[in-house]
Amino acid sequence: MKVWFYGDDINTDMLFPGKYTYTCSKPEEIKPHLLEDLDPEFASGVQPGDVIIAGKNFGCGSSREQPVVGLKAVGVAAVIAKSFARIFYRAGINQGLLLIEAPAAVDCYQPGMAVELKVIEGKVKIGGQEFIFPKPPPEILGIVEAGGLLEFTRKRLKESRGIK
Amino acid sequence: MALTFAEKLLARKAGKEKVTAGEIVFCKPDRLLMHDNAAAITDKIGKELAEFGVRDPEQIVIVLDHTIPAVDEKTATGHKRVRDFVDRHGVRHFFDVGTGVCHQVMVEKGLVLPGMLAVGSDSHTCSYGAVNAFATGIDRTEAAALLLTGETWFKVPQSIKINLKGRLGELVTAKDLILTIIGAIGADGADYCSVEFWGDIGHLTIDDRFTIANMGVEMGAKNAVFPVDEITRGFLAAIGIERREWQEVWADAGAVYRQELTFEMDGIVPVVAAPHKVDNVQPASELKDVFVQQCLIGTCTNGRASDFGLAAEIIGRRKVSPRTRLLLLPASKSELEKALDAGDIQTLVEAGGILLPPGCGPCLGAHQGVLAPGERCISTANRNFKGRMGCREAEIYLASPATVAASALTGRITDPREVM
Repeated sequence: MKVWFYGDDINTDMLFPGKYTYTCSKPEEIKPHLLEDLDPEFASGVQPGDVIIAGKNFGCGSSREQPVVGLKAVGVAAVIAKSFARIFYRAGINQGLLLIEAPAAVDCYQPGMAVELKVIEGKVKIGGQEFIFPKPPPEILGIVEAGGLLEFTRKRLKESRGIK
Repeated sequence: MALTFAEKLLARKAGKEKVTAGEIVFCKPDRLLMHDNAAAITDKIGKELAEFGVRDPEQIVIVLDHTIPAVDEKTATGHKRVRDFVDRHGVRHFFDVGTGVCHQVMVEKGLVLPGMLAVGSDSHTCSYGAVNAFATGIDRTEAAALLLTGETWFKVPQSIKINLKGRLGELVTAKDLILTIIGAIGADGADYCSVEFWGDIGHLTIDDRFTIANMGVEMGAKNAVFPVDEITRGFLAAIGIERREWQEVWADAGAVYRQELTFEMDGIVPVVAAPHKVDNVQPASELKDVFVQQCLIGTCTNGRASDFGLAAEIIGRRKVSPRTRLLLLPASKSELEKALDAGDIQTLVEAGGILLPPGCGPCLGAHQGVLAPGERCISTANRNFKGRMGCREAEIYLASPATVAASALTGRITDPREVM
């Protein structure tokens, strides 16, 4: 597992340039441009299970969801940041991408340190130190457990019409 | 118990007596805005739309504005699919290519009113706080789910109270005010928060408030909002909205805020947000050695007739410097017509300005006014992120229409007070 380490205020234009927003919507179209203006090595180097660690206000800027869809599609296990911009955070819930707000964990991380994710226990281990991250609130846990908002919505619609 | 704007409005929409910051509520937004991305949004739920239809066509507003006129076959096909969706599902609030930028259209057509709850699949949906709406951006997936169910969840935000004191000086604008605020509190200074503007707002027009609320998201805010006053009522009357059509909301005295800040407007000077962050704010007068190859006046932040009027006043009979180019990007057809009636577009075109169709074009680098490596643009838009105007080796500086007009005359960043 590789850790990709970035700074503060990583905006959505850096994660997925605006010029592609209206021509690339599907995961396969998004993948080659992921983080293009931030780290040209990311798209070709990322492997399933990799983790991103970043500073404050990760995902600020536009409402485009391609960065989240793309990170989920390439199999990024989690983004651990000091804080997230709110539309991006919601997009994480809606796509079922694990976003962990853990400023102390980010402060503790130094390049080269081992990072271990224990999703079910709600813990992340960095350089031998363990950090706890809280579960989503019960009102939105259903979305996360369903694997994302569309899956959750499909289920609800069918239930409301008595379809199995 | 004293409530903030956000607590009071979300309580009302959730059918509760009161809610407090941190609580999660389910509400039906009054409006769901989409633009060109409606093609991709409806794509996600083709099967469900065929089976269940949309929950409430009246809730939906669609404005084609981001890649207009179509850039290529792909965007043209997207537009066509949106028109088909609109026809099939009886979406009445549809505005085709050329009407304007979605946020301007929402406000000028009276589709968003005081006390409303609006969401949109665009981050600058927060603009409607100018007319006392609670408005915030969502992603495409959430818009898709809203089409089917009509409702979503909201975490009641904490609030920040910003007190404005005094009055802005000559050639200092609402853009300088909001850039100064963002520079002071930072690009994440209002993350997750509702920002309320209080104090001496009596000389800030709806256009000014639009510019300010529009940039709320650039400090991380969930929404940014002004109270209803004589100026709001005058604006709504002018667009034909009757008093009984809205139910305004404002915070109670004694509501609890995460933070309270005061800004003295008299002390604010023309400022510029330098690359590549909106909170990198410096006085325009300190950047006069920065040459610019492109100047952009327009976008949903500053593309109204009043903005072109100010620019025309500064440029007058002078010409744009041969070292730069001036692009004019009206926020809507209606604002373009007002600026034409005033003779301001003629003035700016005679000076060398290039008129673009009302839309988003250069602001997101999709087409029109894309920059070359090593070039710099001074723009009235709301974002100066690296790559934003289509080229990662270019630089974007954000400023008021007055500062951009002054810079167009000289070809370098110029405090407008130096050329008047």
